[in-house]
Parts: sequence; C-alpha cells; structure tokens
Amino acid sequence: MSDAAPVIPLDARPRLPRGVRLVHNEAHGGWVLLAPERLFKADAIAAEILKRCTGDATVGSVVDDLASTYSAPRERILADVSALLQGLADKKLLELVVE
Amino acid sequence: MTNDSGQARNDESPEAREAAAPALPRPISMLAELTHRCPLGCPYCSNPLVLDGRNNELDTETWTRVFGEAAVLGVLHVHLSGGEPGARRDLVQITAAAHASGLYTNLITSAVGINAARLDELADAGLDHVQISIQDSEPASADHIANYRGAFARKKDLAAAVVRLKIPLTVNVVVHRANVERMVAMVDLAIALGASRVEIAHVQYYGWALRNRAALMPTAEQTAFAVKTVDELRQRHHGKIVIDAVTPDYYARFPKPCVGGWGQRSLNVTPTGKVLPCHAAETIPDLEFWSVRDHSLADIWTISPSFNAFRGTDWMKEPCRSCARREVDFGGCRCQALAITGDARDADPVCHLSPLHDQVVALAAARNDAPYAYRVFERSR
Repeated sequence: MSDAAPVIPLDARPRLPRGVRLVHNEAHGGWVLLAPERLFKADAIAAEILKRCTGDATVGSVVDDLASTYSAPRERILADVSALLQGLADKKLLELVVE
Repeated sequence: MTNDSGQARNDESPEAREAAAPALPRPISMLAELTHRCPLGCPYCSNPLVLDGRNNELDTETWTRVFGEAAVLGVLHVHLSGGEPGARRDLVQITAAAHASGLYTNLITSAVGINAARLDELADAGLDHVQISIQDSEPASADHIANYRGAFARKKDLAAAVVRLKIPLTVNVVVHRANVERMVAMVDLAIALGASRVEIAHVQYYGWALRNRAALMPTAEQTAFAVKTVDELRQRHHGKIVIDAVTPDYYARFPKPCVGGWGQRSLNVTPTGKVLPCHAAETIPDLEFWSVRDHSLADIWTISPSFNAFRGTDWMKEPCRSCARREVDFGGCRCQALAITGDARDADPVCHLSPLHDQVVALAAARNDAPYAYRVFERSR
C-alpha cells in the first residue's frame, strides 16, 4: 500500500466477478481465492473482507461492519480494505459497482 | 495474500508432515488432457510426437472419479485441455463432473470444435474460465501457423460468445520468430476481443516444438524486443488487461522452475490415463508412470516412482546440489536437461552455471526457414 494508491469510492459495491471464487479448502488449510490461472491464499483478514464482497454492501458499510465486529480502528480497516480491493481490481479479479 | 501463479512456495500443511520424512506438498492444479485429437496442426504443440488415439481415451466415468480424487488431494484448478477438448463428445458432462467435485474449471481450447450453443451448455455445467489460443494478429499468418484455413475467424466468434456470457477470457499467444514482432498488435487484439488476461508464451522446445526448433527460434534481437515490449505493454494497459509472459528459455541466464518443481504443485493426466509430473516427462527413459486405471491419484502423487524421481533436491548433481537457487528453480527442467545434455539429472543447460550452457547458445543460433513439420497423427499407440 502506498500513499499514491487510488482511493476506492466508499459508495461502490464490491463483488467478485464470474470466474473468481472464494473457497475454503481443507487440504490447504484455509481460505483460497480462485481465479483464472491464479490462486491466492487469503489470510483471516482478507477472507473476512472478501466474504462481504457480494455486490450488496458498499465499501463503506463493509468497513463499518469489520470495524465493529473486530473492535478495530476504522482508519486501519479502511486502509486494509482499500489496499486489498484496489489490488484485486487492478488484476481484474474484483468489480466495483458504482451507481 | 500469497500469489501462487508464479513462484514456488513452501507452505506444507502440518498434517502432511511426518516425524522423520520431509513434508509432502499438495498439488494445486491438474492438467486434464482429455484427448490428443485436434483439428489444428500448430508446429509448437506440446503434445508428444506419438499421439494417443481415440480408442484408448479415458471414458466419462473414469474422468469423473479422477476429478473427485483430485479435489480430495488438494487440487483447486483443473485445466480441461488436449489436443482440442471440444473433440470430446462428452465435454459438457466432463465439465459438469469437474465442477461438481468443487474444482475450478478452465477450458483450454483452440475454439475450433466449440460453437456458441455448446458454450452455453458448458456455462450451465459450471465452466469458470476459457482460454483461447490465437496464433497471430494477421489472419492469413494465423491460419498458416495453425495449418487450418478459417481458424482465426472462429476464434474471434468464440471469444465474442465467451464475453457475452460474462465468462472471463484469457487469450493465449504463443510467440516465435514468425509472429513475435506483432506482439503489440496481438495484445491489442486480445483487448478488442474482451479478454481480461493475455498470456504471451515464448515457445518451449518440447514435443513438436523441439522438432521445429530451428524454424521457430527467435533471433536475439527479437527476444530483446519481446522482453522490453512486455514491460511497456504492462505499463500501458495496467488495470485494463493482465499480461502474463513466459520467458524465452534459450536466452535466459537462469532456468525456469519447471511446473513449480517436480511433484510439488501440479500433475498431468494424459488421454489414456497416465499421470505425469509434467507434460513432457515421458521423454525421460526408465521412469515408471502409473495410470489412473490402476491406482488412486493420491497413491500416484505420494508413492509412485515417477513423482518421486526428481522431487526435492536429493537427486541433484553439481552445480545444482550446492547452488543457492536449488529450491528456487529446482535445477530447471528435467526434460530439457535430458534433451540437450543426455542426462535428466544434469542442470538444465539454460542455466549459465551449467558446463553445457554453450550448447544452448549454439542451438539458439541454429535457425533455418524450413517449412513447419505440422502436428499430425503419425500412428496411434
């Protein structure tokens, strides 16, 4: 994450596009994001963020939800969420639906 | 998160670890070569020179069992490939079976043999991703390379159908002396077709490509152009299309970690059911390959002789044995070592530390413009 990273609009609704799936896999001991010719092991934080990327919740409400669920500072959660979502969007692994 | 697409990794699960034995990795991907039949004749095909005939191909039920075993073993991605997988009449059932096992299904197709109606059925069966090969951005050249008139147009049609269904599309472009200078146009074409990802793969010299090596080998100037251009294209198209590149082997300083290390990440099931650590492994003499007709996939992965032959680092000779990169590239490709040095345990001679590296340099310079030896069925097993 860098200061120059683009800011994700808080009212965008993130969702995993067709062909990108978050699965729990016992053989690999955790959550895995499956994508075309790629897979990413999702740590606990990333998995909690990605589970909420359903196209229903806005980025802002995902951040609020995580901040209250984990009693964590909202600014830190926002930074984590923005970095993860922007990185995935750059790789075409996430859609940000803006109305 | 850890990107697993490129580099080797070391995340053996504790339950796989036994007291005295080193941890055995879990495979993450399986190449399912459903058939060797293919209407195209690409001179760089990675299939073996002696192709498996239709009569000996695994049936639907066996593939279904294999997918279930693969998922339990840890496989996440299955690549439905060939030959042309569309040549299988049961491709929809096969795709549905892979999907039902929980595998991520990737169809690797030439596009010839799959029309829009069949694609609809595949989408309903749970297909996750489609990869279409493009031989060139110039239609006439593309059809010449594929040895199939009209192939280029059909690829564009199928790509449009894939995008309409919102299935993610990868365009795979194999580059070599005849087309590498059109790399910019080929990436533009992939974007125009609606691909979210493009693979620019320099020919790797196995199978038919090895036979056609002198006709396919790019010049040093072309290779330098390609490396520089990939970097420029990545910057220009950042966020628009993902560009993955397979490096031009013979001009490299270090070898590629072939298939992420022998028996580390992936396995390959041939049309007749033999399970290989990589698609060219059968070129190595005296390896014993087990078949899914006789053994479970877990046994093949864990205890079969071929999967253990070059697993880890114990088999290595110098200069690999004491090399700091021995667990980075695993000594490179065993098949390439064999093909060029005559010994599969040698360092991959692509490596500048190999005492036989000069031979690779000489082979890269040994170009000629002989007509392609197109991939054909010479005889069935």
